[in-house]
Amino acid sequence: MNDERLRAHAAAARRDEPGIVRYRAPTRINHWIVAISFVLVALSGLSLFHPALFPLTALFGGGPWTRILHPFIGLVMVVAFVFLAARMWRDNFLTRSDVAWLRDMPDVLHNRDDKLPPVGRFNAGQKLLFWSIIGCLSMLLLSGIVIWRAYFSHYFPIGVIRLSAVAHALFGCVLVCAIVVHIYAAIWIKGSVRAMTRGKVSYGWARKHHRLWFRQVMRGDGRD
Amino acid sequence: MSLQSLDIIRRSATTLPSPQARGAHTGEVAKLIDVTKCIGCKACQVACMEWNDLRDEIGSCTGSYTNPHDLSDQSWTLMRFAEYENPDSGNLEWLIRKDGCMHCADPGCLKACPSPGAIVQYANGIVDFHEENCIGCGYCITGCPFNIPRISKKDSKAYKCTLCSDRVAVGMEPACVKTCPTGAIVFGSKEDMKQHAAERIEDLKSRGFEQAGLYDPAGVGGTHVMYVLHHADKPVLYSDLPENPKISAAVGLWKGIAKPLGVLAIAATAFAGFLHYIGIGPNTVDAAEEDEAEREAARIRAGEERP
Repeated sequence: MNDERLRAHAAAARRDEPGIVRYRAPTRINHWIVAISFVLVALSGLSLFHPALFPLTALFGGGPWTRILHPFIGLVMVVAFVFLAARMWRDNFLTRSDVAWLRDMPDVLHNRDDKLPPVGRFNAGQKLLFWSIIGCLSMLLLSGIVIWRAYFSHYFPIGVIRLSAVAHALFGCVLVCAIVVHIYAAIWIKGSVRAMTRGKVSYGWARKHHRLWFRQVMRGDGRD
Repeated sequence: MSLQSLDIIRRSATTLPSPQARGAHTGEVAKLIDVTKCIGCKACQVACMEWNDLRDEIGSCTGSYTNPHDLSDQSWTLMRFAEYENPDSGNLEWLIRKDGCMHCADPGCLKACPSPGAIVQYANGIVDFHEENCIGCGYCITGCPFNIPRISKKDSKAYKCTLCSDRVAVGMEPACVKTCPTGAIVFGSKEDMKQHAAERIEDLKSRGFEQAGLYDPAGVGGTHVMYVLHHADKPVLYSDLPENPKISAAVGLWKGIAKPLGVLAIAATAFAGFLHYIGIGPNTVDAAEEDEAEREAARIRAGEERP
């Protein structure tokens, strides 16, 4: 009896844990390349944005190194995000029920999931985040090239450089705020961090937060 | 280069006052460039090279006396030659302007600089770059209304005229002033220079230059390098000297209200999240919900219609 149970446990440990695959390993790795480069690019960018944050340049080896590294890290983030977006864009089109979900924001914020319309692979908040990131990164890339003094600024008139400097700061702040919301949502909705670290969510999690996707997967036509 | 005179009234990317117990009690300084007296000999360029140990590359002729073609990390001052056919008199006028840092009272370079202490303004009005603190971002170029700072290709630091702050600090005039053979460049307190300019302008007006005047643009709070121009109503004739230079609105926004608002927005977003966690709390899945999900999964797998 005891041996039998031990063997069962061992078998369960060898098997993947129960649950639904939400993000496969390539997606997870891709996500974390974006995430790590975002943290680095945000810290280096903020250090040059406000004097109070200038000491953050020490993390990158001082002011000149921060100035040198920031745009390259930014490029890594943009390129990695293009691949991530290629995996996810199809699931991020806004639908009519997304509008209803957004209108029910008080229920969302108060964890009253039973009162919300059923959600597909991504909810309206995630979709809005996705498109905000696309918008911010596009603007940051374009304005960033213009203000990249070492290689590109001399191709642009001074008026364009000045506007780009403002735009870069503005979209940088919007993106950081958006990612703060994204990170908080991951802390708030228990089980989502695990989806992006180990790849799986429980049946209960999938049914509670993404019921349409849960049913799709159960019928065998879901995407991960 | 850094001067330890502790009379700094403004310091880049610094929010608290700089050491400024020592003031400029004899007033602010100014260099006055009388364009009407300039003969274009370029002695000032040579004196600048000599005093500051600068050697620009030998360039090529492009059909203008302006040589080198532009300011650089090695050429902090430059005679710009403009040929102007005056439609009123029919004369060809050779308008030669000694270009270089204007040492604005409200310096756009200093406002834009993100690196603490890379740009300072002394109590006497001189705006100086401290290259040891420069990170090479080029924001000073973005902020400057006169297109003056240049980044060195060798060390990626920004350079410009220092108004010979090292000479001025020990009571000497700038090198270009010392060398000017016609007295077109003079140096002294800003008040004295304005008075001297007024006399020169009066003289010019009496000799038919009705529009002669002083260039000390108010848009940047006045400058510590001023010009006497024969055509003060049309500064653009002098190789595009801006008519009303001021710090661009975009730079003002970027380096003004955007800084505190941006940081506040990020902090407020994070704090809102914190409050939500404290006030409402995390969203978890309980055992009953797991069981319900398992049951529905089993139903779907068994081919039943969804409930």
